[in-house]
Amino acid sequence: MALSREEVDKVSLLGRLLLTDEELDKMTSQLGAILHYMELLSEVDTAEVEPMAHALDTANVFRHDRVEPSLDRSDALATAPHRDEECYLVPAVLGD
Amino acid sequence: MSPLDFTAAELLARLDRGETTSAEITSAFLRQIEQHDGQVRAFLRVDREAALARAAEIDAKRKRGEPLGRLAGLPVAVKDVLCTQGEPTTCASRILENFRPPFDATVIAKLRAADAVLIGKTNMDEFAMGGSTENSAYQITRNPWDLARIPGGSSGGSAACVAARMAPLAVGSDTGGSIRQPAGLCGVTGMKPTYGRVSRYGLVAFASSLDQVGPVAQTAEDAALLLEVLAGHDPRDSTSIDRPVPRYRETVRQPLSGLRIGLVPEHFGEGLDAEVEAAVREAVRVYESLGATVREVSLPHSKYAVATYYIIAPCEASSNLARYDGVHYGYRTDERAMAAELEQQRKELQLAGDEAALAALDNALIRMYRRTRAEGFGPEVKRRIMLGTYALSAGYYDAYYLKALKVRRLIRQDFDRAFEQVDLIAGPVAPAPAFKIGERIDDPLAMYLFDLYTVSTNLAGIGGISIPCGFSSQGLPIGLHLQAPPFEEERLLRGAHMFQQATEWHRAKPA
Repeated sequence: MALSREEVDKVSLLGRLLLTDEELDKMTSQLGAILHYMELLSEVDTAEVEPMAHALDTANVFRHDRVEPSLDRSDALATAPHRDEECYLVPAVLGD
Repeated sequence: MSPLDFTAAELLARLDRGETTSAEITSAFLRQIEQHDGQVRAFLRVDREAALARAAEIDAKRKRGEPLGRLAGLPVAVKDVLCTQGEPTTCASRILENFRPPFDATVIAKLRAADAVLIGKTNMDEFAMGGSTENSAYQITRNPWDLARIPGGSSGGSAACVAARMAPLAVGSDTGGSIRQPAGLCGVTGMKPTYGRVSRYGLVAFASSLDQVGPVAQTAEDAALLLEVLAGHDPRDSTSIDRPVPRYRETVRQPLSGLRIGLVPEHFGEGLDAEVEAAVREAVRVYESLGATVREVSLPHSKYAVATYYIIAPCEASSNLARYDGVHYGYRTDERAMAAELEQQRKELQLAGDEAALAALDNALIRMYRRTRAEGFGPEVKRRIMLGTYALSAGYYDAYYLKALKVRRLIRQDFDRAFEQVDLIAGPVAPAPAFKIGERIDDPLAMYLFDLYTVSTNLAGIGGISIPCGFSSQGLPIGLHLQAPPFEEERLLRGAHMFQQATEWHRAKPA
């Protein structure tokens, strides 16, 4: 299936990217070529095959419900580009 | 002789016998870095002072007769994808330029506990996405065998620094070949352990169901030494497996008797360089001379591995990389410029009376995310986020992601069947020796197809190792790829060691 420039633009919003016109053109043609190659998979009969999301069969790994020391708030906040004493700061969105 | 002339195992033995000190060894490797890393550019950061201080500490501990860790006094270089507490961890990305993690990755903690000397962080493709290390936001690492060529990737810095004797041991990560392929192209030994063998806690996530940490070294014996420290269960990684870690460094010397090697006809098809094929076939003859039997085994779905991988890995990546939003850590776009741009666009749309476009205009938060990510990520990372987001989006999920997960199972079943007949599968690790820098950078699909021999190991979750097995007529290293069933790291290491006992390829050094 051919990929349109509009679709690529829409995906860039979903992926939280912002592409220039030039990037949009390049991305459309490169992704188109890659997706065209992926069509190879359509020749594989997978009607009776269970999907495999993971190489391990393990399920439900539990731990004891014990309170243990965790990262200090100030340490966690220390890596943020904008913060105050207790919170991450982001541009205001209320009222939009 | 200089410390650079010894393997890690030999250096440890010399340290034990009191013939050298960690300070002497560490200084020698730091000197080698000073002399050669200006050209090779394997390191993003060298921790000279910290390394020398640590070496002196360990020497003092040894002198006092205190118990020592298993890598006591040995310098180790670490790919910059592993979190080091309070020290820069960039993943070779602009978006993490100023990131200093508040914790150590489990493998870093294990290396410290083993008394290793951490000498620096190595270059890589941004977020480990790539096979040439050209996707680093900071610098291009060069192949020590030919500075005009790529070292492979994404652990190109780790492979190049071991090849150039700038570190006796290095740690890499492998999501689709990122340890084994650069090891092959740089003429060193590199292993991807079974998924779950090594903790991923503190390994910056690319594709969580495929990522695995592993050793890069000169020899299989050295890789065994390092793996023994890295491996093991970690309660902080629910996908790490709780089973005992074998004594790899002891068992590595035991040759495999009655070894059955499988050759996959699908590996020797179109696109394989003739010199690589000749070197690999010759390596298989070496195994035969050591008593191994060789038979053909088929992996009928191997031709679908690249397509399957390049759906699954970007899907997982697009989800994992959502965390780089300019809020929690790393880079954030200039908010004033961002707000001004948004205001300008709003005015233009109001003037034009374009109500639909006006309604669809980003709010300030969304635009902050988008600008931050547009400025912080490089082209390959953007491409994979786009690919993954598309493949997971409504209407395409079944056709791409779900389909790929089903083919993934068929690929795993191929391996399970093959390993009923053979102990190891041998083949080329890459279809050609290292290519020239810049040669494929504008052709992502050609870049992806270079991974055809390594991605299926990760999809299946099994282990693989690359060992040097020859040189091209241009003097470029060629790697032999061995794959084994899950949790048979011992078999891989023993198989690699017996080959290295019979050959000299791993001893060759670049000029």
